[in-house]
Amino acid sequence: MDGNIVNLGTSETVKATVVTKREEGMNDEMRRRIRNANRVDRIMTGILYGVGGFFLILLILLAGYIIIKGILDFQPEFFSFSRKGIGNQLFNTVYLVFLSLLISVPLGIAAGIYMAEYAGDNMLTKAIRVSMESLSSLPSIVIGLFGYLVFILMTPFDTNLLAGALAVSILSLPSITTTTEDAIRSLPKSYKRGSMGLGATQWEAITTVLLPACTPRIITGVILAAGRGFGEAAALLYTAGQSTRINWSDWNLLSSRCPLNPMRPGETLALHIWVLRTEGSMNANATEIANVSAAILVVLTLVFSLTARYMSDRITKKATGESA
Amino acid sequence: MDKFRREYGGRSLVTICGAFIIVLTVSIGLFLFIKGSGTFTKYHHSVFEFLFSSDFNPMDAPGQYGGTVGAAVPIVGSLLTCGLALLIATPFSIAAAVFITEIAPVAGKKVFQPAIEIFVGIPSVVYGWIGLSLLVPWIKNAFHLKAGFSVLGAGIVLAIMIFPTITTLSADAIRSVPMDYRKAAYGLGSTRWQMIWHVVLPASLSGILTGIIMGLSRAFGEALAVAMVIGKTRAFPKNIFSPTINLTAAIAADMTGSTDGGEFNLALWSMALLLFIISILFIVLIHVIDAKSKKKLAG
Amino acid sequence: MKKNMTNVIAMALTTAMAFAGVTACGSSSTTTTAAATEAATTAAATTAAAADTAADTTAATTTAAAEPAGDVSGELHAAGSSALQPLAQAAADLFMDKYPDANVFVDGGGSGTGLKQVAADAIDIGNSDVYAEEKLDADQAKDLVDHQVCTITMAPVVNKDLGVTNLTTEQLTDIFTAKTTNWKDVGGPDEEILLVTRPATSGTRATFKTWALNGAEEASNESLETDDSGTLLQTVQDNKGAIGYVALSYLVNNDAVQAVSIDGVEPSLENTYNGTYKVWAYEHMYTKGDGSDIAQVFINYMMGDEFAPEIEKMGYGVSSKLSADAAESHKK
Repeated sequence: MDGNIVNLGTSETVKATVVTKREEGMNDEMRRRIRNANRVDRIMTGILYGVGGFFLILLILLAGYIIIKGILDFQPEFFSFSRKGIGNQLFNTVYLVFLSLLISVPLGIAAGIYMAEYAGDNMLTKAIRVSMESLSSLPSIVIGLFGYLVFILMTPFDTNLLAGALAVSILSLPSITTTTEDAIRSLPKSYKRGSMGLGATQWEAITTVLLPACTPRIITGVILAAGRGFGEAAALLYTAGQSTRINWSDWNLLSSRCPLNPMRPGETLALHIWVLRTEGSMNANATEIANVSAAILVVLTLVFSLTARYMSDRITKKATGESA
Repeated sequence: MDKFRREYGGRSLVTICGAFIIVLTVSIGLFLFIKGSGTFTKYHHSVFEFLFSSDFNPMDAPGQYGGTVGAAVPIVGSLLTCGLALLIATPFSIAAAVFITEIAPVAGKKVFQPAIEIFVGIPSVVYGWIGLSLLVPWIKNAFHLKAGFSVLGAGIVLAIMIFPTITTLSADAIRSVPMDYRKAAYGLGSTRWQMIWHVVLPASLSGILTGIIMGLSRAFGEALAVAMVIGKTRAFPKNIFSPTINLTAAIAADMTGSTDGGEFNLALWSMALLLFIISILFIVLIHVIDAKSKKKLAG
Repeated sequence: MKKNMTNVIAMALTTAMAFAGVTACGSSSTTTTAAATEAATTAAATTAAAADTAADTTAATTTAAAEPAGDVSGELHAAGSSALQPLAQAAADLFMDKYPDANVFVDGGGSGTGLKQVAADAIDIGNSDVYAEEKLDADQAKDLVDHQVCTITMAPVVNKDLGVTNLTTEQLTDIFTAKTTNWKDVGGPDEEILLVTRPATSGTRATFKTWALNGAEEASNESLETDDSGTLLQTVQDNKGAIGYVALSYLVNNDAVQAVSIDGVEPSLENTYNGTYKVWAYEHMYTKGDGSDIAQVFINYMMGDEFAPEIEKMGYGVSSKLSADAAESHKK
């Protein structure tokens, strides 16, 4: 057995021998080696199937466990917009992600346009690439601390939604930039040439032809970025605040309880799971609410990634349809 | 004329946005450096003490200093949990990457790729919550421990979290191996496994390594999920079943509670700076590997 | 303890010097000494004496009662200590029922955050487990006015199945400094001790260290650290050998763990009031200067007779019920 394995290790020569000797008929040693190789192949294939299956089952179990637990623990009052419910947190989550997209989408798209269309082979381009890479690999708690330092400690403001949104937009900026750049680059060269041939400037070609053409892909990227924003907690721990106060009948934007005032503290759903542990026994339903919140977050994740996938599938279909 | 004004205006605008990314990254580094270096400049601790001493007892009251700021325990805690996570996740991830690229490419694209994306998308707090409510009690009962909070628990949670990262990047690397390589291997009579083991995996090694480093980087910076299961005992773990603390958990535990600008507080900022430096180092490492493999390809 | 003493002396000296500067141009040394004594008394009186607080409360109640309902309006924002948050929230709810035009918001964030924010004028009231001087620079803390709205009693807790209900201070100290590692050494079953503690910057931990462990530093290299009392309780509940400590307010609705008596004295409000149980601290509400009108009314409401039963119902102590002995023992 051992000897065979070693032989397989030097398979280059083995395989060569197999081919040359095939015609003259194989001796027993050869046959055994081939049988062995086939057996190893079957075993490894089996193992790989096993890993693949395990991986799928793990996901289904994990997601299923979270969702089912959430459904079992669900009580209608959890959806109320009071301290006992998570309505406010849900609203904060959506609003904060919306605010962060307001910042990161224009910035990211603009930077992506630069990278795809204007960036020359120079230091600036290189520096942007390195920065983007560093930015996307920074731990979210580090970004959260930076946000805490710059948007909270160095300003007169209490923790607020805007600071949280800024932190989240730093997190999603690299991915939106990359998506935009890739999307523009993947367009057929004829798009740009055609429009510039008609007398458009490069900027006009970008805004009137290129950008509209890759909008679906950019939207897919934005959806994914938003999905990540929904689940973010470490970056918001010190920026968006761990509390929420909303008066749903107060629509004066300057009031600190107006739902839409970005300068009020706004605890998000993901952060709420973390904070709920603080209240522990003070809130009799803490565990249940955390379970329900976790389930909602997982369902949101599912919805967002499936939507993004569906959109990108459609884009691929359309692209292949056109070329056919 | 208007046309050209718009052209230049647009061009300048997007250039500024591009340059902004540099400004942002540099300022994050700069601010963290200013805050994080306080331990060494304002309170005169040595970098050596911070990195290698396990004696952590800084003063918290305003104006008081002279405590100790050794962060070796959380540093080792981070290294151990991440190392364990890699040990668990890497074989699985590479196997999964091979499976979805070489064994079942259709199912891989239709079923596994979306599944991986969902894995990536599940918020880390949710992983932490599941770890706390499911994994920790399980570890306690399975191994008859005092408590289930442990390096093992943190390692498993991290492994599940970095698994998709390593798998995706490895799968990309494997896909980018030219089809000719495979055909050549088959042509020489290799079985599929021989082709994978002797041709595809070696050819995609640098991409896989990049994936592993990205996974490691994610594990290193993960905060809340680990904090929920690691136990936060400020001592070196005796084995993988004992609790310890890591850098992110140490920061999260006391950052808001400590006196702003005090010795304790600045020690935590130094840990944040360390996290920043480590994540930059990972990027450098990836570039080095990349450059090496390019050189190899070029001969 | 030592730190507190140093603080008082430092404050007294500073005040004395200010007095001396203002009043004594070329005056004799006796004047200065007198001023210093006076200053020290003032400092002690304003910062800690609970006997005074009792008197204050009566006065406060009168003020609050004199205020016609509905007349109080505006917005009030309090933040800080998570230990005080539930009580402040309950007070806010009742307060808003009473004065429909008032809007009171109570946030957590920790004592340090509350103090920082009130000093920076970002909020009206900073809730804190500790004295402002312990978290802020002297010049930040000097404008803040302390209102000791209630007391909070800390109790060691163990698992229900352990069967330990009493420990001496010495045993407790040995346990938390990891000198004792098995329950059989302190009269319990043969079970390893599992320490469950709070972060180094936690107010609860500071109180417990000062009053239950005689200032001994906890063995943080042997203990599980939990971010919050909720997780701590859960951990104690799940592990037979575990011991931790929480505020009594966490035990009002929780009988899944066993509170432990210290030196035979049960951790209860009565024992806190009569001075036999020492492990307690004041909860502070800090305002910048006298604070806004609504902040004053709110604090008076919290310390008034009307709200007092509510305070006890939630497991906190009413400052005015402290006996002279109890108040004396916790003078800063």
